[in-house]
Parts: sequence; structure tokens; C-alpha cells
Amino acid sequence: MDRTSHADMSQVAIEMREIVKKFGDFTANDHINLKVHRGEVHAILGENGAGKSTLMNVLYGLYRPTSGEIYVNGKKEEIRDPSHAIELGIGMVHQHFMLVQPFSVTENIILGMEPVKGIRVDMKTARAKVEELSKRYNMQVDPDAHIEDISVGMQQRVEILKVLYRGADILILDEPTASLTPQEIQELIEIIHHLTADGKSVILITHKLKEIKACADCCTIIRQGKYIGTVNVPEVTEQDLASMMVGRNVEFKVQKKQLEPGEVVLDVKDIHGKDYRGVEILKGLSLNVRRGEIVGLAGVDGNGQSELVEILTGLRKGESGSVKMNGKEIFNKTPKEIFDSGVTSIPEDRQKHGLVLDFTVAENLILQNYKKPPFAEKGILKKKKITGHAIELIGSFDIRPEGCEIRPAGTLSGGNQQKVIIAREITNDSDLLIAVNPTRGLDVGAIEFVHRYIVEQRNKNKAVLLVSFELDEIMSLSDRIEVIFDGKISGSVKGSEADENELGLMMAGGVQHG
Amino acid sequence: MVKKKILDNNALYTIIAILIGFVAGAIVLALAGINPATTYGKLFDSIFGQTKYLVYSVVYGVPLIFAGLGVAFSFRTGVFNIGAEGQFVVGALVSCVLGIKLDLPAVIHVPLCILAAAAAGALWSMIAGVMKVKRGINEVLSFIMLNWIAFYLSNYVVNLKGIKADGKEATVDILESARILFPKEILTATGCKSFNYGIILAVAAAIAIWFIINKTTLGYELRSVGFNRFAATYGGINANAAILKAMAISGAMAGLGGAMQILGNQMRIAQFASQEGYGFQGITVALIAGSNPIGCIISGLFYGAMKYGGQKLSLVGAPKEVLDIIMGTIVIFIALSHILKKLLSGRGK
Repeated sequence: MDRTSHADMSQVAIEMREIVKKFGDFTANDHINLKVHRGEVHAILGENGAGKSTLMNVLYGLYRPTSGEIYVNGKKEEIRDPSHAIELGIGMVHQHFMLVQPFSVTENIILGMEPVKGIRVDMKTARAKVEELSKRYNMQVDPDAHIEDISVGMQQRVEILKVLYRGADILILDEPTASLTPQEIQELIEIIHHLTADGKSVILITHKLKEIKACADCCTIIRQGKYIGTVNVPEVTEQDLASMMVGRNVEFKVQKKQLEPGEVVLDVKDIHGKDYRGVEILKGLSLNVRRGEIVGLAGVDGNGQSELVEILTGLRKGESGSVKMNGKEIFNKTPKEIFDSGVTSIPEDRQKHGLVLDFTVAENLILQNYKKPPFAEKGILKKKKITGHAIELIGSFDIRPEGCEIRPAGTLSGGNQQKVIIAREITNDSDLLIAVNPTRGLDVGAIEFVHRYIVEQRNKNKAVLLVSFELDEIMSLSDRIEVIFDGKISGSVKGSEADENELGLMMAGGVQHG
Repeated sequence: MVKKKILDNNALYTIIAILIGFVAGAIVLALAGINPATTYGKLFDSIFGQTKYLVYSVVYGVPLIFAGLGVAFSFRTGVFNIGAEGQFVVGALVSCVLGIKLDLPAVIHVPLCILAAAAAGALWSMIAGVMKVKRGINEVLSFIMLNWIAFYLSNYVVNLKGIKADGKEATVDILESARILFPKEILTATGCKSFNYGIILAVAAAIAIWFIINKTTLGYELRSVGFNRFAATYGGINANAAILKAMAISGAMAGLGGAMQILGNQMRIAQFASQEGYGFQGITVALIAGSNPIGCIISGLFYGAMKYGGQKLSLVGAPKEVLDIIMGTIVIFIALSHILKKLLSGRGK
């Protein structure tokens, strides 16, 4: 991907010097330096829990550094709180959205900076401004939709618009592409270029090496809270970045042994279903997954994949159709019945559906099995068994930090939260695993881990349905790729024969395939 | 580390909040021209001055412990039982009517009255639960309405023929066989005519509630739904059923509180002029206890002592309403304790 840099090396927008941030005995940031120039796209790279988010929260005024100095446009500043940061022209888009669920898109964007008419909020002006912004940056959103009703991808756009609305000069984007489709990522990169051309600086926190290569000028690498170095992106390879981040060589390619798919495990026939608005979004979709096979469901967000997964897992009622699990009808059954029939899943929204954040890791690890021995007998929880189970899984899945079985799941980093879910779902040993964007927001080390486990399921002769917006992920893992478009399967190709362009066309509804 | 541990301890903030409550009460008293020292001296003396006083304080605390347990249980399971008042009233009413109308040996009569009161409280609470689950009606609204329905229902029943005492605006007394008083010897020895088994039941109930919340699959289920019903549903838990169960248990506790008050202390129900407030006081008890069931025993006894001791404040010319100011201030400062915590442990966020 070709690009020109807009960085003005003579002007430093942000400089962080020797930042140290301690939480009790734990040092999250250990003497970290960062220098971002005007018009520069500066990537910050590090594994989950390396301290990237902490550093950005320091810059955004959410945390006070234990020691160290921050300069904004050459002037030393003590950033007191986020509103002070906003005043200084620093805006942040968080990885986990900070949106008011029952509010509309417009209301969320203007929240705290509402245009007023007398004592009333001037919704007309607000709406117009939001529409103008979304047009200018080519981010389609429905200004009147409610947050709780829109997809994760849409929510991300609202978050980005919110920062733009506040007129930030320095934008911190925490995993901005984690939930976007390839097309949307391309659009976002264009937006970023547009912003830097305007003289704005963008700090990009990402694990995606490809995107760093595609749009960043500089990259600062952090490992276990320590500053590793800053490199000029055009001068390094993806492999270089990965090894700097992890501290060892990383396997990019997933190893898969040859396997002949067995009998059909999941058989979906002619499913019809509606979305939250009551509009038909699944229009007679049929699909099957066999033993020893990973079926990748590729498609652009909003073509019915979320609804399909919700129907398959019992969270949403479908209108008509049939879903058979090992020949047994499970269409419109309860989540419990579906789980008992052998379906386990890694949900799309790990904080909403995957985890009870206030529960400890140990408690989360028994979410579907809390009633069953050895975790409970006669309605009494067996705490020792539950803790033992947790310690075992924390060890074998390398969930960090150590001893986290007694910590609330909400205190873990995103990657480790995902590991908790994967540990739980995979130990269920069910016939079918449905994984929805299983590596969203994870770093290469964690992605490697998740992919290995998904392939391991297949190798154990289980069926896997992988739903993902990451075309790379679909292509590298799937034995068979089904493309969803407009609520139906628009094409099907063998994983080994897949071609990115051809898939892209099918995802856009261009070609009809066998 | 030691300092940090102390600062992390919620009990410390509760004690600070209680002290602030008394300071606030003193300020109000002083402003009203009443000597706070005399008032508090009298209060202290009215609670600790004699064994009898102390025992009465316990008797006053029992129904509050139960009401507090009901509210605390609801807090822990993600619903807000502001309807403990109504559940308390129906519990009292059912135990009172059965205590009057049934003539059974005590070993059957007492458990029957108690269980019926628990069932009545549970059912009363589940009315709001069913409306929430089936129609999405906010439980806070329906609870408040149900409180008033219980209030007038009680006044109606109290005036029914065969229940109302002649010439009084109250029911006749419940039969001896329905009473849960301690044996005569203990009553004489302590000088408290109303000392009853309620305190034993209250401690047992608190332990049971603690056990249910922390040690059982039921508690796991209810807490998970309270924290995040989406994840619970995803995990195969029936969230609606869990909400109903949580409300039923919470209501049963409040209903039991009503039974304790009637069978152990009042022996009859008088016509209400206004809400008696046991259920609302239960909210205070639960808040002071930090929704910890075992803590509810202590905070319930504390509130009970304040209520009992407060009755004698008029002797020194102080209005007993000053206690409401103290309790209210305590609740506010407990609610603010996270700010207090931040102030005490420095600016380290």
C-alpha cells in the first residue's frame, strides 16, 4: 500500500518523557518515552497487558503518572483529567466503547457538548452537524439509531465521530480497526491520511502489523511495561515488528494437517430471521458444518451474520427454518438446550455475552457448568474444585496475571479476557464450536494462540464455524469458506483455493458461486 | 501494606459514616437549642443503662434484621426491593390472622404462622417480579404501589368482624400458642416481656442468606443475572426465572420480619395512620451493612437500639426525629464512602 507521510518533523505535538506508572507493587509503565510530531501517524505496538493502554490513559488524563513529564506542543502540562486533555486538543477513542446504550447516535456524539437553543438541546443543529461529519469522513451512520441496536462496527464509528466532533488535534485510537471490515479499515486509513494532511497527529494503538505498515510513520514498541524502541516503519518488516513486540520469533502461518471432513454436525436449512428493527435480515440461509472441518463465514458486517449466530446459540428467535445438531432439531430452543445439544461458542461481544465482568475468573470459567459436578453437588458450590479448575486452566491457557482466579474478570486485559472465554468453551469439549471474531482486539501472540486452539478443535474431529470480518483469518484457517451477503450464502469456495479478490467480490454480492 | 489494608476495609468507612451521622445530629440539636451531650447521654443510657434496655434493643432489632436481609439479598442479585415495606406488612398480617384464627398446638401453630408469612412476603414481591419479567414494568414503581396496597389491605383486614378487638382500632391478640416468646424464667430474669426467639431466627436467616449467595448454585445463578444478564443468558441461565427467584427470597425475608414483629413483640396489628417504615428502614440496614448478610445482623441491631433508645429522648426535650437525621446522614456518607476512600488514600488513582 502506497502512502505519503504528512509528518512535520520540526514540530513535536506530544512528548512523553520517562513515564512511570505504578499500581501498587505492579509497574505498568517503566520509563517510557514517546515523541509524536505534527501530522504524524505514530503506532504503539505491544502485547496485551504490555502497558499501551495505561500509557494512553496517562496521556488522556485518566491516570496520573507516578513520575515523568508530558509536553503538549512544546509546553509542559499536568494533564488533570480527560476534559483537560480535550481542552489541550487530545481526543481518545477507547477500545471498549464508552457509549450510552439507550441514547441515539447523535445524542452520544454531542454528549457533554450539546448545541443549545435557550435551555433546550438543539437537536436539529446537532443532527445536521453529525450528518455533515459522517459524510465528510465517509462514515455512514444512522444519526437516529440507538446504540444498543447497532452493530459493534457502527458503534466504533460513533466513537470516532465523537472525538472528531470535539475538534481534537491529536487523536488516540485504541485498537480502532479491531471490529472493522477490510473495506472499513481501508476507509479508516484514508480518513487518517486526511487528518494528518490537515496537520493532525494520530496515535494508533494496534496489534495489527499490516496496518502499521500501511499507515504509520513511526512505531514505538513496548514490552512488559518497558520501552523497547521507536522505529521508522518503512525501514522495518512485519516480522521485525513482531519479534520486537513478543521478544521471540512468531509463527504467522497456521499449521494444519490434512483431514477429510466427516458427517454433518450442524445443518442449517432455509433460515429466515429479523433484526432488531424487525426487518428481515436472514432470507433463507442454508449452511452445514461437518466433523473435522472449519467453515469460515465471510461477509461484510450487517449482512446477517450476527443474527445468524444469535439464532444458532438461542439468544434470538428466528422466523422460520430448521437447525439440526447431529440430526436433532434445535431451532428456537433455549441457550441451555442448545448448549446441551453440543454447541459451544466464543461470542462476538466478550464483555456483554462472554463474561460476567464482576465475577472472578474462577466463577466465569464455570458459567455453563456451575450446576454440574465436580463444581457443585446437591446445589452447593465446591469452591476448592472451582478454584482448582481455574488454576489449571489459567496455567494451560497462560491467562495473566498469575493468580487471577480470584480477580474479577473485568480487571483483565482484553486478550486475557478472551483467553478465559476460550479456555471455558474449549474445555466444554462440544461437537460444534462457533467462534465469532475470536481474535478481535488481540495481539499477534494471542492471535497465534487462539488460532492454534481453533485448529486443534478441528483436528480433534470437531466441527468449527468461524465467523469473522478478518478475511486473512478466514482464509488461513478455513477448510471451506461460505460467503454471506444480504442474508443468504452468496458463494462457497474451498479454503485452499480461496482468492482474496474473488471473496471480496462475493462479499459485495458480485458473483454467484456453487 | 498494613495501612493500605486498613484503608481498603469498608467497615472503617462505615464507622466514620456513623460518627459523621452523630456529629450531624449534634449540630441540628445545637441549632434547635437542645444540648447534644445531654441528648446523646440519655440515648446511651436508654440503650445500655440496664440489661432490660439492651434486651429490648435486640427485640427491636430483629424485624429490622429481616427487612435488611431482604433488601441486601435483592441488592446482591441486581433487583432493588423497595417493596420490603409492603412485604413486611403482608407477612405481619398473615401471621397475625393465622395467630388469631387457628387453634393449634404451639409446635405446629408457630411454624405455620412463620412459614405463611414468608410465603405471603414472597408472593407479594413476586407480583412485581412477574410484572417486570412479563411486561418489563420497572420493579421500583410496582413495589411502591404494592406497598400502599398492602397498607390498605392491612387496615381493611384489621377492621373485619372476628378480628377487630371491641372498642379498639386494632386486632385482638394472637393466641398464646402462636407466640414465640422465650420461657417465662428468661423474661423475668431479663425484665423484658417481649424477649423472643426472633433473634435466633434472625441470625440463622442471615447465615442462610449468606450461604445461599456465596455457596450455592442458586446464588451463583442469581448473582450472575444481577451482574450481567446477557452473559448469564448466554451461559444458559434463565434470567427471568432467576429474577423471580431473587424477588421471592427477598420478599420472604421481609415477610418473616413482619411475622417476628407480631409473634414476638406486638401480638396484634393496630390500624395504620401512616406507613410504619420497617421495610424502608431495611434499606438503611442493608446499606449500612454493605449488603453483607452477616453485617445486617449488626446494622439491624444498631438501628433497633437507636429506635428503642430514641423513644426516651422526649424525657430530655429532644425530638426522636433527630434519629432519622442521624440515620439519614449515615446512609448518605456510606454512599459517599468511595470519595472518602479516595481522600484518605491520597490522590493515587
